[in-house]
Amino acid sequence: MTARERAAGTVANYVDERTGAAKWLKKNLTKVFPDHWSFMLGEIALYSFIILLLSGTFLTFWFDPSQREVLYQGDYQPLSGIKMSAAYASTLHISFDIRGGLLMRQIHHWAALLFMAAIVVHLLRVFFTGAFRKPREFNWIIGVGLLTLGIVEGFLGYSLPDDLLSGTGIRIAEAIIQAMPIVGSYIAFFAFDGLFPGEAFIPRIFTVHVLLLPGIFLALITAHLMLVWYQKHTQYPGPGRTEKNIVGYPLMPVYMAKAGGFFFIVFGVTAFLSAVASINPIWLYGPYTPAQVSAGSQPDWYMGWLDGLVRMFPPIETHAFGHTLSWNILIPGVIIPGILFTGMALYPFIESWITGDKREHHLLDRPRNVPNRTALGVMALTFTTVALLNGGNDIIAIQFNLSINQIMWFSRIGILVLPPIAFVITKRICLSLQRADRDLVLHGRETGRLLRLPHGEFVEVHEPISPERAWTLTQHEQPNPLVLNPVDDHGVRRPGTLLNKLRARMSRAATEQVAKPNGEDLKEIEHH
Amino acid sequence: MKRLSHYRRHRFAGPVLLLFALFMVGTTFSVATASTRQSSSVLSRSTSIAEGQQIFLKGCSSCHGLNAEGTKIAPSLIGVGAASVDFQVGTGRMPMADMSVQAMRKKPAYNADQVAALAAYVASLAPGPAIPGGEILNYERDGSTAQGGELFRTNCAMCHNFAAQGGALSQGKSAPSLMGVTPTQIYEAMITGPQSMPVFSDKIITPAEKLSIIKWIKAAETEPSLGGASLGRVGPVTEGLLGWTLGLGLLIGVAVWLATKAR
Repeated sequence: MTARERAAGTVANYVDERTGAAKWLKKNLTKVFPDHWSFMLGEIALYSFIILLLSGTFLTFWFDPSQREVLYQGDYQPLSGIKMSAAYASTLHISFDIRGGLLMRQIHHWAALLFMAAIVVHLLRVFFTGAFRKPREFNWIIGVGLLTLGIVEGFLGYSLPDDLLSGTGIRIAEAIIQAMPIVGSYIAFFAFDGLFPGEAFIPRIFTVHVLLLPGIFLALITAHLMLVWYQKHTQYPGPGRTEKNIVGYPLMPVYMAKAGGFFFIVFGVTAFLSAVASINPIWLYGPYTPAQVSAGSQPDWYMGWLDGLVRMFPPIETHAFGHTLSWNILIPGVIIPGILFTGMALYPFIESWITGDKREHHLLDRPRNVPNRTALGVMALTFTTVALLNGGNDIIAIQFNLSINQIMWFSRIGILVLPPIAFVITKRICLSLQRADRDLVLHGRETGRLLRLPHGEFVEVHEPISPERAWTLTQHEQPNPLVLNPVDDHGVRRPGTLLNKLRARMSRAATEQVAKPNGEDLKEIEHH
Repeated sequence: MKRLSHYRRHRFAGPVLLLFALFMVGTTFSVATASTRQSSSVLSRSTSIAEGQQIFLKGCSSCHGLNAEGTKIAPSLIGVGAASVDFQVGTGRMPMADMSVQAMRKKPAYNADQVAALAAYVASLAPGPAIPGGEILNYERDGSTAQGGELFRTNCAMCHNFAAQGGALSQGKSAPSLMGVTPTQIYEAMITGPQSMPVFSDKIITPAEKLSIIKWIKAAETEPSLGGASLGRVGPVTEGLLGWTLGLGLLIGVAVWLATKAR
């Protein structure tokens, strides 16, 4: 033992005797995680969040969250001598006078866009592979909560600089608040401390943006990760992988190195984007005044689909008892997002109700093997994509020489027609892929080699696939549809006939699949 | 040929063939649609009203009427002034290529002398806004960039976008980008209100304020993109697109790479 090793051992022993950390570390550092690129999507979100914390802290050193009116005397000449809020002036100061300030602002904003994008692709991975099933329903709900809070947090950050685009966004947010029946006007008065824009809003959302929401984020992310730790990570099916084990690499040293390295890569990509591409050039927008608005005012992409819904909704209003109900804002701005997010949060429970499956699952589904869920996901994705496209309808119109009205009508019809079409097509594709898997297992791989038999017939040589591959393609369960007779096994009438009918119908749809090959199929092939 | 057929199962054969087919289609299309340029006849230098009338009768009267009195398909030009003619014909909007949504900026059909003659003729019909020029247009001396920016954001940005990059209007119409538009043309557009644009008379925006607006547009035109590539200065749509494609694309690429290395 060298002197250095002895010293290290002494220190480690000193710490262990006082904290008892050795036992805990020994157990947890050898924890095994499965390896797949799609398991790293959530990591991108986590690392973007750390980048957001660091760059955001830097920005608070100079940002002045105040709507106090100041006269700009800074370096950016096109705004020289213009009256503006201290918030806007200090953002200009960060951009032009603080060393590295503009880069930091751009890192903060690009990291926010990547954070939200990473959350969405992570959510899609979890959804399409069925990782939300028991026992992970709570973690799914935490994830939906993080997504929702991310949208709010991003919007508040976009609003803070008090430029023309921010103010336009806040104005629309105010309209959405006001559209809520009865309480809307009161909530708006409360939030803005009086009439729009007032002087209270920027300081208030600053506190929420830098203190309240990041705190909630930290708590939820911690809970999210602790649940992953406690419940273990899911894994893709394969030989040797069961519901009771995990095949992968230990945390120390493999994942420590990988995750640490990946953090710096995420930071590098964010810094690269921020160095080469401008984002939110607030000095071009000018300071906010309610009298001004720019063509092509857009929210960031994660709000874009909501904006698109509001843009496409027909102008319907009701006047009753001296009040106006603005359905054109209430439905696309409050009700539809409310239904979508509630439905998303409850999906694990809905699916388990339909399938009647109350068991734990640690092996992931291949999306093709659960055609109904996959089709539902693509359907929801189609809906939001059409809405997102309509959110940029003015930019699309001018860049591609189209009519904004045509795009709006395409979206209005498309948002109703395209999702069901996407559902049907996706389901058919999934079933076809199941059929292809079945062919592959029964007949092997097509080699492309043609053989001419003595009697003149041409056949293509098929090569049997490996047993490992065949296992992966056939390991999944194929449940039968639920049978919900009006009278149960004991001859007692089952309550809720209509609900049972619905459940049975949905269960039939959810279990529609191509039968996977079994032993008898293989025997029959060998017989030929 | 035999050597070529040797590569038909190469894994790049498909992409190469696709590229080749695209190239052939593109070339064929551009050859087939290439039109022979019309050579505009050169008139002798003249700004006389008579010359202008001759040009008008040949090129404009079929829509605007023999005496510029207007028809069902085109407005009367009596009283529109020289500024309007200089803007519409000088930017190539008139004569219109077709009667669809709106007249688009294109290569002018007439040279400067012909435009001047046409303008003189139309101005002779009734008094109207004259072509601004010379001392009136000294925006570098008489304008203020910051004030121009305020005026632009209040009066122009709602259609032309915050950075004068243009924006969409209803039914396929659009407010054009103001990049590369001459100060004279910007001034003319403000006083004549071409197409969907309102007239900004000297009572609404004073001549000095107009010069400030021009000065700000020129400053915006030459302003370097301060934070890196400008992404078109059209707001968050292009930013979101780049974030999803380049940003997330790179990160997922790295994730795939990291997971592959472990095998």
